[in-house]
Amino acid sequence: MLVGANGAGKTTLIRIITRITGPDSGRVLLDGHAMTDADVARMGYLPEERGLYKKMKVGEQALYLARLKGMDKADASKKLKDWFERWDLAGWWNKKVEELSKGMQQKVQFITTVLHGPKLLILDEPFSGFDPINAELIRGEILRLRNDGVTIMLSTHSMPSVEEMCDHIALIDKSRVVLHGNVKEIRRRYATDTYKLEFRGHKVAFADALAYHGEILEHKEEDGITTARVKLLHGAKLNNVLGATIHAVDYIGAHEEVPRMHDIFIRAVSETTPEAITSGMTE
Amino acid sequence: MNKIRLIIWREFITRVRKPSFLIMTILGPLLIVGAIMATVFLAMQEKGPQTIYIHDAAHLFTNKLTPNEKLGITYYYSYDDLSDSAFKASPYTMMIHLNEKIITNDQAQVFYKDMPSQHVQNYVSKDLEKVLRQAKLALDSVDVNSYDRYSQPLKFELYDIDKGGKRSYDQVKAGLGFAFGYLIFIFIFVYGVQVMRGVMEEKQNRIVEVLVSSVSPFQLMMGKIVGIAMVGLTQFLLWIAITSVLSSVGMGMAKDRMADLASAQMPGQATVQLQQEIGATTDPNEASEDAQDMKMVFDLWDELPVARIVGLFLFYFLGGYLLYSSLLAAIGAAVDAESDTQQFMFPITIPLMVGIFIAQTAVYNPDGPAVFWSSIIPFTSPVVMMIRVATGNAFEHPWELALSMVLLVAAFIGTTWLAGRIYRTGILMYGKKVSWKELGKWLFYRG
Repeated sequence: MLVGANGAGKTTLIRIITRITGPDSGRVLLDGHAMTDADVARMGYLPEERGLYKKMKVGEQALYLARLKGMDKADASKKLKDWFERWDLAGWWNKKVEELSKGMQQKVQFITTVLHGPKLLILDEPFSGFDPINAELIRGEILRLRNDGVTIMLSTHSMPSVEEMCDHIALIDKSRVVLHGNVKEIRRRYATDTYKLEFRGHKVAFADALAYHGEILEHKEEDGITTARVKLLHGAKLNNVLGATIHAVDYIGAHEEVPRMHDIFIRAVSETTPEAITSGMTE
Repeated sequence: MNKIRLIIWREFITRVRKPSFLIMTILGPLLIVGAIMATVFLAMQEKGPQTIYIHDAAHLFTNKLTPNEKLGITYYYSYDDLSDSAFKASPYTMMIHLNEKIITNDQAQVFYKDMPSQHVQNYVSKDLEKVLRQAKLALDSVDVNSYDRYSQPLKFELYDIDKGGKRSYDQVKAGLGFAFGYLIFIFIFVYGVQVMRGVMEEKQNRIVEVLVSSVSPFQLMMGKIVGIAMVGLTQFLLWIAITSVLSSVGMGMAKDRMADLASAQMPGQATVQLQQEIGATTDPNEASEDAQDMKMVFDLWDELPVARIVGLFLFYFLGGYLLYSSLLAAIGAAVDAESDTQQFMFPITIPLMVGIFIAQTAVYNPDGPAVFWSSIIPFTSPVVMMIRVATGNAFEHPWELALSMVLLVAAFIGTTWLAGRIYRTGILMYGKKVSWKELGKWLFYRG
């Protein structure tokens, strides 16, 4: 997963990887070796700025794009027909692209990106332009490809998808990597030792019992149930807090507040460039 | 290489399959031939009979003019003037005042109700001239036969001593060369602009980034240029085929009509008529005009190195197209909308316009220095050199021809390289108003 504010350099990085643009310095390694034409042929790239020839027929165009990727005609034709069947596009094969809805065009584009069985799939904002149903279709397809062993590089602003789909994340800002690593690991790293505790009982008694183990950041009471956000202090563990307060109140639940990627994203960028928050963050 | 073939094929087939291509290919020659024939027939069409009132103040013309049945011309003579209002009220369609001193001032005033056709005007004017000339000759007691002998035009025949004293048709050949040059000029424009539009379409569609992840921008650009060149050549060949069929039919019909009119004693060929009338001493063996034309065509065919000319035509045709279309491709890549192309189109059109201008002068002076330089410089040579090729001048200076050809190849390699560099940066650049300075920077981007 590649994330970053507008203008951070995501698309430029992708274009360098796909060899569309040359780097000013540095080089791209794939499996430890410098990239070759053969490597590029084994990539699939769905750019953010994508489109099709409007006047060309759908099937003919898909076939053309597949053959440009090096597939032979018969193979490409067979695989395309399978995909079109599976994604309810079969009746559109001989229609012109301009007759398709935007969502259908996006589907065709996705198909032509993955048709040649790439080992590395680079998707730049793959969900833009899809309704929720088709976005789910694409998401399912991406996960299926991941399970089949395809390496997928996803560039997006849509943070919820990050957490669900990705193993690794790289956050870039002004063409530098500011944060990268395993998603779970990063969320843990950015955890602030804050817990959400839910209990029945008197909140003053709770506060007294809590004493120096933690600080109540906020609390609210609803239908006799108090929810308190507590930040642990002085190296205390959840167990210490529970131990100290369990006699004072009846616990219903306790969850650690792990920060969402969205918050981490904003924090990481604001630490390096505070103005980025106001100038260009989009979601 | 396989990919570039695919691109060429797509560019070719999508254009050739368009209804507009078929329509233009079939309609183009029909329109050309049709327009020519329509003009000819319309010009021949007469509005109706012409009854002409001749005011013969000098008493020279009465009963000497020749009415024409085909053109519907009849003359009515009078020594008296007719007032304007009387003419308007009269059934006469034209009124011609021939003044007393017409012998010296050569003036005739023609009044009409409906503008007479060019044919009627020509006929009447020649008819009057003929009678006036006879009157002048009689006045000076000059024998008509003698006069005719004196006034025979000089046949100014050109022979090139280096070509074994054979009859030279340099003017005709230069005209032929100009036609070739003009065709190249049109081709460069029409198809070069198609390249530019094609590039802009890919950019506006946003398909270009998908494409350049599979093929290099240079392959994409060259594929488009070559594909469209093939469309142009195909259309061109079809036009030649269709036009030659149509025009042979059309010419046949036109000739019949011409023959009709000629039999109506068109004074258009006044000398012939005069000669017949006065039994002039024409050489009975002298070929008719038509036969002379045929002789010239055969002579030219024998004389012209047709294979070499066609070869060079194709060379300059493609060379010029490659040179300009790569530049136009670069423009298409650099801009976002067609309206932004103006500032870049202008400097590209200028040399072509200069080329066609010089080519026009070259028809009359194929050896001039302007023609020499513009046939060497690659930006004008595709248009101008064809004239030197057609007149044979280029073959007399093989080094100049070779230099021109080498420079053209070098230039299109240069412009394609240049265009390639602008193209690969431009196609992925959106929403930026591009200046010349900006284009200059793109040339030196790495990648």
